[in-house]
Amino acid sequence: MVSANPAVVPSPVARKRRRRRVRTLSARDKVVLSFMVGIPLLGVLFFIWFPAVATVLLSFTKWNGIGGLSAIHSDGVQNYVQAATNYPPFWPAVRHNVLWLVVFLVLATPLGMLFAVVLDRNLRGSRVYQSLLFLPVMLSLALIGIIWELIYSPNYGLLNNVIGRSGQHNLIDWLGNPNLNLWAVLVEACWRQAPYVMVLYLAGLKAVDPSLREAALVDGANAWQTFWRVVFPVLRPINVVILVITVIESLRAFDLVYITNGGNNGLELLSVLITRNIVGQVSRIGFGSALGVVLLVISLVPIVTFLVMQLRQEKRT
Amino acid sequence: MTAATPVIDRAASQAVATRAQKVSAGRVGAHAFLAIATLLWITPIVWAIYTSLRPYNETSKYGYLSWPRHLTFKNFTTAWTQADMIHYFWNSVMITVPAVILALGFASCVAFVVARFNFWFNVPLLIIFTAGNLLPQQVVITPLYRIYLTIHVPHAISSNGLLYDSYAGLVVINTAFQVGFCVFVLSNYMKTIPHEIKEAALIDGASVWTQFWKLTLPLCRPALAALATLLTTWIYNDFFWAIALISTGNKRPITSALANLQGQFFVNQNLLAAGALITAVPTLLVYVILQRQFIAGLSLGSSKG
Repeated sequence: MVSANPAVVPSPVARKRRRRRVRTLSARDKVVLSFMVGIPLLGVLFFIWFPAVATVLLSFTKWNGIGGLSAIHSDGVQNYVQAATNYPPFWPAVRHNVLWLVVFLVLATPLGMLFAVVLDRNLRGSRVYQSLLFLPVMLSLALIGIIWELIYSPNYGLLNNVIGRSGQHNLIDWLGNPNLNLWAVLVEACWRQAPYVMVLYLAGLKAVDPSLREAALVDGANAWQTFWRVVFPVLRPINVVILVITVIESLRAFDLVYITNGGNNGLELLSVLITRNIVGQVSRIGFGSALGVVLLVISLVPIVTFLVMQLRQEKRT
Repeated sequence: MTAATPVIDRAASQAVATRAQKVSAGRVGAHAFLAIATLLWITPIVWAIYTSLRPYNETSKYGYLSWPRHLTFKNFTTAWTQADMIHYFWNSVMITVPAVILALGFASCVAFVVARFNFWFNVPLLIIFTAGNLLPQQVVITPLYRIYLTIHVPHAISSNGLLYDSYAGLVVINTAFQVGFCVFVLSNYMKTIPHEIKEAALIDGASVWTQFWKLTLPLCRPALAALATLLTTWIYNDFFWAIALISTGNKRPITSALANLQGQFFVNQNLLAAGALITAVPTLLVYVILQRQFIAGLSLGSSKG
């Protein structure tokens, strides 16, 4: 949020003093400090950043994982060419990832915000509503996949039985039909995403200075205008966070489709294709990496957005 | 506004009256909206619970959408023993507990340095940690998988001598992956702690470690509690790392073992529902007991200060 800490604007004097203090650290303190930063830093560099960079490098090579590092051969952009032209699940996966993102952006996130705005009116019983709506956020996505199978199952599921389509002649196979199953799974994903956004947004709303709203009311603005013209702009930082989370979550989508059918037959996603190319009998490491790079490039957009915003705030404080 | 003539006054009070009416209509609408949404939202969970409480032969005879004749916990006990769930729960404990402790420990160290000192590398450090947490797991998995197959660790840590297919491997990656988020949250939190406290300590000649351990950490207890709640839930709920980095079925933590459960009880939805719901018990306990902490953790992460 707009920094709650009383913005300490370091005067030149203060800054000089602080720098001197760093210099006056004892040798032992310096050792302690370097361990405190060094060990976690090495861990994150080695287990997160090194693999991330290696993904990019490996994507230009051919390697099946056998015969050590010397068996890696440079292969130019062949992996990318192959993914785009000669790998049937690639474009469907890209399409599905994009659709996932779009549905999150236009459905799940606005719905979550709407929940938050309505809950923020402090109606009687709002805590109860909030607690119940929030429940899916606690569950693992794998578990969500299973719970919803009980809804979608063609013969036994709640949905077909309620709408009377559970007979052998008129079954709707929600999770099996490749034209339907992505939408069915997206409902599951939104079921969890909307309350997630709701909780984040609610925290933001609670922190809005009530006098802003009162001022708007006194000026004769209605609730709709107050929200869009006054509250929403004030919440810019949290709006960005929610946007970032929305994009990242939709790129990470994996668990739901994997538990539903392993990510086949209408449920292909980039994340699933990457996993499939490295785990299993045949390892196509270069190729899997190329798919990883596609995901990386897309995810850099929200990551950079987030960092730029954070740094701007950092400077302000 | 004291100069208002009676006429304007009346108009104003009328406006207030219509607004009051509108507000109460709004309230009714809001209640209706929330009630319907909530009802829809809990339907899948209620349905899963209902299914899990009914005997298999009853649902196969009358269908799943029917009034109950018997309700029983038998499915839960059967699923518990048949799927050897205690074993998978133990796996989850072996992975989640060390990972949460390590992630919080490392993150508080880094956060302390970033928040308390003005080093030139503070900003790059924050970027490395925060951005690392935002990457999709699949971006790093390909090389990570090979690294895990290459790194040898003592047999005391992993029975096959590799990070791959071991609890240690999952602890490491869960820690590395979550530490960034914790650094972000904790450093923001520590920045809100007044500097005077540190200055008083400096005058007393306290070492850096004392400042960290005795002065800063105790003040961060609320943030640490919130993060611990959040991390426990996230790591317990992790599916991807365990699917990709554990090949032996019975080494998997319970969340990823759900995939096996699904295959095993595939013909018996009542049993599947019961087994799946059992895996939710720890997170539901968190939900009931620590909901405030969980939400606090989330909002700390999304807001500064």
